[in-house]
Amino acid sequence: MNVDLFIPCFVDQMSPQVGLAVATVLERLGHTCTFRAAQTCCGQPSFNAGYWDEARKVAIHALEVFAGAEAVVGPSGSCVAMMKVFYPELLAGTPHETAALDLAARTFEFGEFLVKKLGVTDVGARFPHRVTYHDGCHGLRELRIKDEPRQLLRAVKDLELVECDETESCCGFGGLFSVKFPMISTAMAEVKGGSLVRTGCDYIVSSDPSCQLQLDGWISRCQSSGSLSAAGGGRRPRTVHLAEILAGTVS
Amino acid sequence: MTQLLPHPETDYPVVMLAKTQFLKDAAAHVRDSGHRAFVRKALGGYYTNRDLQKARYRDWEHARDAASLAKWSAVNRLDELLPRFVANFEANGGQVHWARDAHEARTIILDLLRAAKAKAIIKSKCMTSEEIHLNAAMEKDGYGVVESDLGEFIQQLRGEPPYHFVFPCMHVRRDEISDLFGRHLGSAPTDSPEELTMIARRHMRRLYVDADVGITGANFLVAETGQISITENEGNARLTAALPRVHISISGIEKVVENLDDLSVLLPMLATAGAGQPMTCYNTLYSGPRQPGECDGPEEMHLVLLDNQRTAILADPEQRDSLHCIRCGACLNVCPIFKNVGGFTYGTTYQGPIGSVITPHLRGLADWNHLSGASSLCGACTDACPVRIDIHHHLLHNRRNAARTAPSRLERLGHRLFVVAARRPWLFAAGGAMFRRSLGLLKALRPPLLKDWLASRDLPAAPASSFRGQWAARSRTRHPD
Repeated sequence: MNVDLFIPCFVDQMSPQVGLAVATVLERLGHTCTFRAAQTCCGQPSFNAGYWDEARKVAIHALEVFAGAEAVVGPSGSCVAMMKVFYPELLAGTPHETAALDLAARTFEFGEFLVKKLGVTDVGARFPHRVTYHDGCHGLRELRIKDEPRQLLRAVKDLELVECDETESCCGFGGLFSVKFPMISTAMAEVKGGSLVRTGCDYIVSSDPSCQLQLDGWISRCQSSGSLSAAGGGRRPRTVHLAEILAGTVS
Repeated sequence: MTQLLPHPETDYPVVMLAKTQFLKDAAAHVRDSGHRAFVRKALGGYYTNRDLQKARYRDWEHARDAASLAKWSAVNRLDELLPRFVANFEANGGQVHWARDAHEARTIILDLLRAAKAKAIIKSKCMTSEEIHLNAAMEKDGYGVVESDLGEFIQQLRGEPPYHFVFPCMHVRRDEISDLFGRHLGSAPTDSPEELTMIARRHMRRLYVDADVGITGANFLVAETGQISITENEGNARLTAALPRVHISISGIEKVVENLDDLSVLLPMLATAGAGQPMTCYNTLYSGPRQPGECDGPEEMHLVLLDNQRTAILADPEQRDSLHCIRCGACLNVCPIFKNVGGFTYGTTYQGPIGSVITPHLRGLADWNHLSGASSLCGACTDACPVRIDIHHHLLHNRRNAARTAPSRLERLGHRLFVVAARRPWLFAAGGAMFRRSLGLLKALRPPLLKDWLASRDLPAAPASSFRGQWAARSRTRHPD
């Protein structure tokens, strides 16, 4: 299969290793990956802020970029949800509605693609560490992805998967919410981050780089301010994307 | 535009933008980790019980479909079912009063009190009465009002509005309640919930008998029979409605359901989602005042039907389903914003996710849209809603409506500039590269937004090259030509 990589804007600039990991895994499974360099952003920030006319323009650009793709796969629940779930609403009643519905049917989140589309759970990975999984809200509630990442992690050799006591709680990122209402966002990071750290894991796995940014940002600040919970064995878990574990590229 | 708000804690109007007050209160509340932990612990019991009850349904999702359909078909035929309800209610001897807004509702009720020559008023739990600020109006006119619901009674003694639709005093500790009763009722200190309940019960008993007027709300208005359905756990609503000479009920017009069959799914779901119970202790249908030959019941039964912007929401096909709300509070119970800022921070009657959806409609979009913005859109509310209201998507719709009618010029400019770049891949890539290179400097300079992030969180260093840069290099290595 030829897979078109959908690399969210902040993955492109801040966590490129996630995109490369996605390609590594898919190529190992025998598929070819293409990166259409004209892609920029899915338009979610403007959409969430209510500036739908502006978001529409960005969405139309994305539709043009991915026209004719066999499968579009992205390592971000929130960005994929934007394309799959919200583009049809955003472009309803416009000449682009059909294209939006068409693209939605061919767009997948990375873990969703492996398990639901390719029927693969074991990609031959090994990761001898204790990990816990954070359910990103868009992936969980817009795309209904819950079990797939866990199936993939359970198939990784020597990996120990534990669950925190707040698996479905929001990390508090929410895009611009994180800086428009920073005190609430931080309180939410405290609740979710605290729960993840208390599992005593070495790695917090996520399918959403934006959640990673939030959780890692909070954990890092706790560590440097000396307030990281000792309940986690004094360990400072690192956040890592599911694709990086499956690709074996966690540094 | 400044909005005069009665501050929940002081009763005095405070001249401050609702949004400014919200940010201030939110910041203060998130620092109160004791309060947050207490509320979280209280909700832990609710989650356990709720899950136990959900598991007893043959298919909870199917039940949500049924409940959603019952409310959808009623709200979308309100023009037919509301008159049918009124006709049947009046045929039973009830008297209906129509109130366009809060002011009209208060006037109607005060007139009824005057006509009844009311001396003492007892009240059961009614969020609609909070919406119209009824208690303050009655007290201003010289009437003594006592809340008979234990949680509302506690809040009344504390001088606070309800913290939550269903659990009005969930933030109050047992020792605080004991203290409060000691000060106001002269009771001995106790740690036992049963004893505290009995203290309130003994105090209340006399008041039911002495009251001339009992004021209740309504959970459902059954069109088929003209009956008012009230759901409760304490039995205080039954005493409030039955013992005094005059019973006044207040309800939003959207509470109509078509028939009793609808209650067979709505009553258990209200209990399950709202309180983790299979059914609440009392579910009562009120069919009008005392009929000839009956030995009890009020002499007069009045129902005040309130619009207060509900018809405006009804006219909006996109958000009409927010009128399906059965005020169970489930969305509050799962909302991380509610759990972290508490019920008072919202600064308005209806808190939590559904409150954030409807308050801009009830009180003005420009002043109250910040409630729709104060959400990460996690969607837990929509998943929890027993009648499948698309709550978190309505927050997006409110944001869009606000951007259209009252945009922030600076913010819109920012988004427009982003669009200019996002449609030009070379410009977008160049902008990204510039961002990466200057991130270190930006962290030092702390411009707005970045400053808000860095106040409580770190940001990683930018990588040396972007994905597109590394991909291009990778492709060259694989296919050198």
